[in-house]
Amino acid sequence: MRNWVSALIPALVAGMFANQAGAGEINVKVTLPQINTSEYHRPYVAIWVEKPDQSVQKNLAVWYSQKKTDKGEQSDKWLKDLRQWWRKSGRDQSLPMDGVTGATRAVGEHAMTFVEGKEPLANLPAGQYNIAVESAREKGGREIVRVPFTWPVKKAETVKAAGQQELGDIIVDLKP
Amino acid sequence: MKHILTLVSIALAATASVAHAHGVWIAPSSTVLSAPQFVSFDAATSSVPFMIDHRPLVIDALNIIAPDGSKVTPVNVMKGELRTVFDAKLEQQGTYRLELLRSGFRASWKDAENKPKRFMGTAEALAKEVPADAKDLQVSETDSRMENFVTVGKPTALKTSGKGLELVVATHPNDLVTGEPVELTFLVDGKPTEGVEVAIIRSQSRYRNNTEEKTYKTDKNGKLKVSLPEAGMYWLDADFKDNKVSNKVAKERTLAYVVTLEVLPQ
Repeated sequence: MRNWVSALIPALVAGMFANQAGAGEINVKVTLPQINTSEYHRPYVAIWVEKPDQSVQKNLAVWYSQKKTDKGEQSDKWLKDLRQWWRKSGRDQSLPMDGVTGATRAVGEHAMTFVEGKEPLANLPAGQYNIAVESAREKGGREIVRVPFTWPVKKAETVKAAGQQELGDIIVDLKP
Repeated sequence: MKHILTLVSIALAATASVAHAHGVWIAPSSTVLSAPQFVSFDAATSSVPFMIDHRPLVIDALNIIAPDGSKVTPVNVMKGELRTVFDAKLEQQGTYRLELLRSGFRASWKDAENKPKRFMGTAEALAKEVPADAKDLQVSETDSRMENFVTVGKPTALKTSGKGLELVVATHPNDLVTGEPVELTFLVDGKPTEGVEVAIIRSQSRYRNNTEEKTYKTDKNGKLKVSLPEAGMYWLDADFKDNKVSNKVAKERTLAYVVTLEVLPQ
């Protein structure tokens, strides 16, 4: 994933200079912190573009277990624990969502690039938004972190926020 | 035998709707679900709502209605000393409604020796049980509705029956979060009604010094606005009296509505 992104960025940067009306880009880096506990489970995480009224404009990524549990239950049983996302969007979706949902991720840094005109970002109307990142962990806690940004991006900018417990640094790198 | 059972449950129902100080409640283990699964319920009458400290609730008349209108049979029903427990398998997407409707007639009078007498049951039974020459006879009709809502996936719209005292929540009852005020409309026989008295108590009252009960009255449009600033399970009780009796033997009608509302943190 990281290799893919770093290979992609120079290409996109080059593309930007070649064409002034190039596609805007949102790079999101999410750090899942190391949590010392006797029983660690990877968190469920949802990442989306949020409007000022806290409604969901675009779902960018949802990481959850799509395997059945030992008891044969669907793992989406726990999706409701991403409670903000579940209420604002998840319950309205038919899951899995193409290009959005994926397996849970390990502790560490996860970089994603979302490009204007391409799913899942596609065409974002001009305005104020947040990148919202919500994490919920089995036998653990739940946390939501928001990083504000304005679209379209006028000049390259990096905006940061950090979680207290369940999320580490959230770095949003914006490119015009 | 069956008749006796019906009478007993109606009698219990009538007692319950008089003694609102003794909260009648049904509490679900979950109200917001992202996948079909079992949900477990506790049902009881107690000193304070959700406190398991008095009597189990008789749930013979309970209906669990699936989003498509079909009925779900409660399983693993256990009537304990202090509370009734049951499970329900919720397999469809949408909102399930649990409803417990109870109605009957209540009479009190004095016999020839001036001893107080009471009766609770159907109008027909009342005519037989209460002597024609009963002194100081007071008869009222009682009609109560108790509800719980549980949603799998996306909440679905709820319909009212147009009978008795009912509630319409502007925000879906399984869509309540802290910091968002809730608008409630109370209907009597389907019409928004002024002057319905409402009491709301949050769960876990044992762990605070005051039940923090809040009381409200509906305005001329049958509405009231409440803010539920703390996450938790809330018991809501509404009461109203009028004279729209179904049998002239009673002078007034006592209507009650009870619902459990879960408020989640943002």
